[in-house]
Amino acid sequence: MTKTIYGMMAEFDTPGALVNAAREARAKGYRKLDAYSPFPIEELSEALHLHKSRLPLIVLIGGILGGLTGYLMQYYVTVLYFPINVAGRPLHSWPAYIIITFEMTILFAALSAVFGLLALCGLPMPYHPVFNVPRFALASRNRFFLCIEATDPLFDRKATSDFLGTLEPREVSEVAH
Amino acid sequence: MPDEQDLLQAEPPKREIIGTGYTFGTVTDQIASVVLTKRTPLFWFASFAVGFGLLLVFLWSVVLLLAKGVGIWGIRMPVAWGFAITNFVWWIGIGHAGTLISAILLLLNQQWRNSINRFAEAMTLFAVASAGMFPLLHLGRPWLFYWLFPYPNSMAVQPNFRSPLVWDVFAVSTYATVSLLFWFVGLLPDLATLRDRSTHRLPRFLYGILAMGWRGSARHWASHEVASLLLAGLATPLVLSVHTVVSFDFTIAIVPGWHSTFFPPYFVAGAIYSGFAMVLVLAIPLRKVYGLEGLITLRHLQNSAKVLLATGLIVAYSYVMEQFMAWYGGNTYEQAAFLHRMTGPYASVYWFLVFCNIVSPQALWFKRVRTSVPALFTVSMIVLVGMWLERYVIIVTSLAQDFLVSSWGIFQATRWDWATYLGTIGLFLFLFFLFIRLLPMISIFEVRTLLPQAKVEEEVR
Repeated sequence: MTKTIYGMMAEFDTPGALVNAAREARAKGYRKLDAYSPFPIEELSEALHLHKSRLPLIVLIGGILGGLTGYLMQYYVTVLYFPINVAGRPLHSWPAYIIITFEMTILFAALSAVFGLLALCGLPMPYHPVFNVPRFALASRNRFFLCIEATDPLFDRKATSDFLGTLEPREVSEVAH
Repeated sequence: MPDEQDLLQAEPPKREIIGTGYTFGTVTDQIASVVLTKRTPLFWFASFAVGFGLLLVFLWSVVLLLAKGVGIWGIRMPVAWGFAITNFVWWIGIGHAGTLISAILLLLNQQWRNSINRFAEAMTLFAVASAGMFPLLHLGRPWLFYWLFPYPNSMAVQPNFRSPLVWDVFAVSTYATVSLLFWFVGLLPDLATLRDRSTHRLPRFLYGILAMGWRGSARHWASHEVASLLLAGLATPLVLSVHTVVSFDFTIAIVPGWHSTFFPPYFVAGAIYSGFAMVLVLAIPLRKVYGLEGLITLRHLQNSAKVLLATGLIVAYSYVMEQFMAWYGGNTYEQAAFLHRMTGPYASVYWFLVFCNIVSPQALWFKRVRTSVPALFTVSMIVLVGMWLERYVIIVTSLAQDFLVSSWGIFQATRWDWATYLGTIGLFLFLFFLFIRLLPMISIFEVRTLLPQAKVEEEVR
């Protein structure tokens, strides 16, 4: 190899063509591939055999932590740190704690949803090789891209390029590093 | 026997949500061009100028308030809440429609929401910002607002977690934060579109920073879809809780006319009622000026009108039940409070609010009214006024005449009450029109999914 490249990218006109291309590439044995589209396409996750997102678990943990934080904070303040005896009523007045416990649950869960999303997507990411393809700017408008990455064991500049050519793309281009 | 022609017509015609003839490219360009153009319509300048002018009025009244204290407002005992809390509840309520559209309608798979959720969420954010001003300024010493939060301090005191006013702090600040996060997650793919579409260096750099390197990969979208659904699932109980907690500010007190168990649902319905009115008031001029009638169609306006009518009926039912419970409950103070509302010093306000909130939305039963844009705009404005009056009547009449005749007093708004209120309308308009100019007001990627081309044709193997 003379110069390393990131991968080979094919451009398609319709979401259907992209899903079919992703299926064909999987069937051909390619594993390191990613598809880019201007809107979510349900069939793509299945065509690319993406793992189930771990986000729900992250959000659940965040929510539980938030609830505990909210409750324990109120318990600590009203029972231990700053107890006020109001006509002999119990210091541990749990019904009054419910609202703030609920709000903290939602707050922590929502924060973990957003930061979890960014972490799972690897964002913020200031540089990514796919942007070196000039036409890739259309991936956020009306074009659909499939990229087979050079790290794939089956990857070969010529063979992969020819294979992508058989999928009736609009264009096949090299993705520079 | 029906012939073939009849059978064909028996199939209901497929109702498209947006106009026909759009492609992925044209929806992208049309929505992005509002932001990426050099030409700004005169309408924008005019509205922004109104917003900016009123914002200056707001600054003026806040400076005066900081210098002289809350005495510049008409709040005197016994009516210590006056305009400030009226405006707070009104603004918070307006915000609720945005979350309803973005979260609840997403969970219910109502795809028509895709054209209106973005600006409705922006409306939520700016309405909550305007709402938040009032409890802060009403504190008396607003610069000590952080005392509301439990933080380790040398005074060795802490907030009272048994007070609904502290619940309010947590509910409203959580609501503001979650609304902002939800809005940003929805914006992320559209910011990437703006980054890729802008031709100048500075906007490209700024949108690029905000888009964080979003590249629309299938992995991104899979997580994004899950995150949107989870945030919607979290925002749904949250939005119901916020106005519930706001209503606790009233119901936990024993003041006649406030101490009631059905305030939470009544307040939530009223919030959504006023919020949808605001959505219509904003959507109607925007779609006209920016030529977005193909994306925000008459169907969107009609659906919003139906929500307006439905929530208006819940509000009307609540008014009737309020009177009924006062009579049936047999509490003389409660009965007197409602009698004062209807016949006392504020009777004219009460009956005007009945006209605004109960009588005027009945026009929406007629399809001719629901499909007439000027009529919808008028009804929405009347409802917004009515909902403000509702909060005014609840707060002022109950406080002005409570248990002891000797402690009664009449509330009189000063010019600074009005200046602060109009000022927050200015703050809202200022922020909203900045948003219109700088960010896509319609969710581009969600509108793309509405196009018939977005369906994946399964290949037969």
